[in-house]
Amino acid sequence: MADSTTMAAPTEGHNPALLHHFAEPQQQRDAASLGMWIFLATEVMFFGGLFCAYLIYRLKYFGEFAAASQQLSVKLGGTNTVVLICSSLTVVLAVWAVQHAKRTLLLGSLVATIILGFCFLGIKAVEYREKFEKHHVPGPSFQFANVPVPGHPDLMANPYHAQMYFSLYFVMTGLHALHMIIGIGFFAWLLWAAYKGRFTPEYYTPLEMGGLYWHFVDIVWIYLFPLLYLIDLRK
Amino acid sequence: MANENNPQGERENYLNKHYGVWSWLLTTDHKRIALLYLLSVTFFFFIGGFFALLIRLELLTPAGDLVQADTYNKLFTMHGMVMVFFFLIPVVPAVLGNFLVPIMIGAKDLAFPRINLLSWYLYIVAGLLITHCMLTGGVDTGWTFYTPFSTAYTNTKIIEAGLAAFVAGFSSIFTGLNFIVTIHRMRAPGMTWSRLPLFVWAHYATSIIQILGTPVVAITIVLVAAERLFHLGIFDPKLGGDPLLFQHLFWFYSHPAVYIMILPSMGIISEIIACFTRKRIFGYNFVALSSIAIAVLGFLVWAHHMFVAGISVYAALIFSFLTYFVGVPSAIKVFNWTATLYKGSIRYEAPMLYAFGFLGLFTIGGLTGLFLACLGINVHVTDTYFVVAHFHYIMVGGVLMAYLGGIHFWWPKISGKMYPEGWARLGALIVFIGFNLTFFPQFILGYVGMPRRYYQYPPEFQVLNVLSTAGSTVLGIGYLLPMLYLLWSMRYGKPAPDNPWNAAGLEWKISSPPTTFNFEEEPVVTWEAYNYEELDTPQKEEVPVGR
Amino acid sequence: MFDNFPLWPQRASTMAANVDALYIFLLIVSGMMTGLIYVALVYFAARYRRQPGVQAEQIEGSTPLEVTWSVIPFIVFMVIFLWGAVVFFKGRTPPRDSTEVYVVAKQWMWKLEHAEGQREINELHVPVGRDVKLIMTSQDVIHSFFVPAFRMKQDVLPGRYTVAWFRATKPGTYHLFCAEYCGTQHSGMIGSIVVQEPSQYEAWMSGGSTGPLSATGEKIFAELGCATCHRSDTQGRGPNLQGVFGRPVLLEDGRTVTADENYIRESILDPGAKIVNGFKPVMPTFQGLVSEEQVNALVAYVKSLSKPGDGAGTKPAVVVPAKAPAKGNQVQ
Repeated sequence: MADSTTMAAPTEGHNPALLHHFAEPQQQRDAASLGMWIFLATEVMFFGGLFCAYLIYRLKYFGEFAAASQQLSVKLGGTNTVVLICSSLTVVLAVWAVQHAKRTLLLGSLVATIILGFCFLGIKAVEYREKFEKHHVPGPSFQFANVPVPGHPDLMANPYHAQMYFSLYFVMTGLHALHMIIGIGFFAWLLWAAYKGRFTPEYYTPLEMGGLYWHFVDIVWIYLFPLLYLIDLRK
Repeated sequence: MANENNPQGERENYLNKHYGVWSWLLTTDHKRIALLYLLSVTFFFFIGGFFALLIRLELLTPAGDLVQADTYNKLFTMHGMVMVFFFLIPVVPAVLGNFLVPIMIGAKDLAFPRINLLSWYLYIVAGLLITHCMLTGGVDTGWTFYTPFSTAYTNTKIIEAGLAAFVAGFSSIFTGLNFIVTIHRMRAPGMTWSRLPLFVWAHYATSIIQILGTPVVAITIVLVAAERLFHLGIFDPKLGGDPLLFQHLFWFYSHPAVYIMILPSMGIISEIIACFTRKRIFGYNFVALSSIAIAVLGFLVWAHHMFVAGISVYAALIFSFLTYFVGVPSAIKVFNWTATLYKGSIRYEAPMLYAFGFLGLFTIGGLTGLFLACLGINVHVTDTYFVVAHFHYIMVGGVLMAYLGGIHFWWPKISGKMYPEGWARLGALIVFIGFNLTFFPQFILGYVGMPRRYYQYPPEFQVLNVLSTAGSTVLGIGYLLPMLYLLWSMRYGKPAPDNPWNAAGLEWKISSPPTTFNFEEEPVVTWEAYNYEELDTPQKEEVPVGR
Repeated sequence: MFDNFPLWPQRASTMAANVDALYIFLLIVSGMMTGLIYVALVYFAARYRRQPGVQAEQIEGSTPLEVTWSVIPFIVFMVIFLWGAVVFFKGRTPPRDSTEVYVVAKQWMWKLEHAEGQREINELHVPVGRDVKLIMTSQDVIHSFFVPAFRMKQDVLPGRYTVAWFRATKPGTYHLFCAEYCGTQHSGMIGSIVVQEPSQYEAWMSGGSTGPLSATGEKIFAELGCATCHRSDTQGRGPNLQGVFGRPVLLEDGRTVTADENYIRESILDPGAKIVNGFKPVMPTFQGLVSEEQVNALVAYVKSLSKPGDGAGTKPAVVVPAKAPAKGNQVQ
């Protein structure tokens, strides 16, 4: 029996993971890979509609968007950015680990990824709570009175236009957080499957696909962060 | 060979290999999934058709006397939603595409059979949602659910209907994803891109649109739902929002969506015409590339639905200009199909009659698109029955005719039985006559000025409306006929040979119906598509493929 | 055509003939194309039906033919596009000095107000031969003002003005339809355009009005205190509105915009959106405090402060000098 730090050597003959309609494992891997990239393209179009709406209203309500954006905590957002980038690193480590049959590193990286994912969500929850307390959640309880437009001390931001920013903020970060939750769920499964020894250097496609998905969710945040937090850093 | 499932010794095929409800509901066989879709889309087709019948009955008289205004508004909305999302978008890819694409390229199944099954389940979930929505009051915004009416003024079940469309959208996305990966990665040895049947090219182009366009309407639905739930103001001018933003986002998908509907149908027409003229399609390369061109150009023209919506004159100019570009590849296809008839050897079985019907009706539908793309005319005819006539010529005269032609053409392969030819030809004729009687008067009605979505109208419009309603009853009969005789044929039809049409294509080299894995051995393709010359010339002993 | 059974709409405006000519051209082109294809289909279907002993001839294609039947239709398409664009431009450009009518659409009726003050519901009286410009907005959802006999249609949006124009050529009564689905009584939101001989129209006009719209606007201007800041001298905290309408305005962020109807409307309902150069952003918003009709009246009033002949863009672009309000500040 293999010890817990390395994985079993590949068995001879047809890999049990090879599905019947594929001629050979390479074809199956290529299909999975192309499929995941196409799925990510659909996700780009999905978020794209939101970015389009954001672009239009940012240009239309330039000052109010700046004023609203300044209400967000760059510290928390920045921390979250670092958290996500680190989690992408742990994902890459996990893939490297499985390629080199390093079981402990694989399991550890997967655990770290999940923990970092939860960190991200936790910080997000803190930020959302702050929004709630400051009455920045769009709807009947929204308040945004007497906030000047940055650079125009006597021009007060129109609350309706500021609300537009927060509407988009919540939909964009909410959708992103939903994708994170799904990602964490998938990685939990990956952790369990890795623990059971399902992945070998010859077959680790689900891990690779999960990794692609995780990197994508990370990249969406890399766009969200500057657009939502960094558009006007003047005091 | 006989086994405990078929003691008569019927040859084992995908239909009789396993029995029982669960063998169908948990199948990953693309052919069984295609049949599951066939049942579901047919069900929704008749629901949508029933609503259409009620609409036409109401429009028999100028007064609103059959149903109340709100009911009528729900009727045309649900007719549109059901027909678009639950019939037109999925029908050809999910039924004929699912069944045939893997076989046509020499594969055992699609790249992701389980995702294929998931697509069907998503469709069913969406179907349950929309059915529940209809049973509990429905929606009254028109299938286009423009804001702010849909976000701030109506009290009907927008979120449920939106959710249904959203889920159906993902069904469509996964089907498209599956086809693209399959066509890229699972072609048999020797099956190069230039040897692919045009049916496969058409589905490839369609899949590109499905994966890139559908997510945009999905996010639009999310925004509408969020606006209703949380009183956001993204599309509401009273809160600083812009109703035109909704229209842009909506039409960015919904225009390419019409190409999702027509491209696969064009693929069917290519296959039928080639077989029944015994010739390679004239200009194969141009037809294949036209499919791709339509898919790409189709993304650039969406605001031609918005010429009078409040966009600037300059934006209107640009979109009108681009719309004329997308008309060219469609025209090229019609010319190429017509040219294929030249020096062909033509037979007139039902599939070919449907193909002729398609050519005639799609020509009119496409030409009236030129009218709508023309800014000077669009101002007058947009939002009138002229538009209704135009899109029904394409969707019903085009998509539905091609679909019926395809169902008849591949029925022997799918079911192992022949349909009754006499009834089928009669059905095709009834559909053609009924269709023209229903929709041609609507062009006139539109130019004369009858707006869309009206349940009462000035008396001088009545004669044309009566003609249209009369036509719709004939059309309904034309649709019921195939339902009846195809069902009949499943039990009493003549058993079909493997290649009743002596047609080209890998699907005709395997048994009717096929075995579960299609090919016993992976085929190796050494011939061009549409090799009718070889098929029609008496050959020396031909080496069978895939037996 | 037939009274009970029209196959062609009446022609009652100058644009109608233009649109019809274009439509007939398209009918001819489509008819020819359809004829060509149908004849080819029928001929080939008959000529090349399956005959024993005769095999089909495999023809790969013909690139010259493909190019021909791509290029020629494309050229025809471009002709259609250009002609259509010209007609469209004409239909979207109201002539200068058009008579103005303000339209407010709501579920499910049309409210119209002439510049002279007459109000109508679901009906619009106009004289033959006069250019009429409609300045339209909606109180609720999107509607569309459609007069088939004029070949005219324009969506009417909440939150902004859209504009349409026509010149009626034939006395008579013509259908007005709402052409954008707007709810329960969408098909009931219909009315008439009543085109009258000029003498009849004058007679109709003299029968009761509340005075010109601009006078109503002037009253509202005073009642709401607008005159406090928008004085007709240089001492006001807001720009002097004399002669503003139709001219370019320099904003404090450097942009220049034209003071059209939408600009005046936005200045009343969302004054912070565009601040005129040299002024402080102190104007309060009147969103929710004025009805659509009152906004229309105010717009009409501000327009009336521009001398006749001060049509949009007739003078070269003039920049508002950036001076403090207390000093001589001319809006020119």
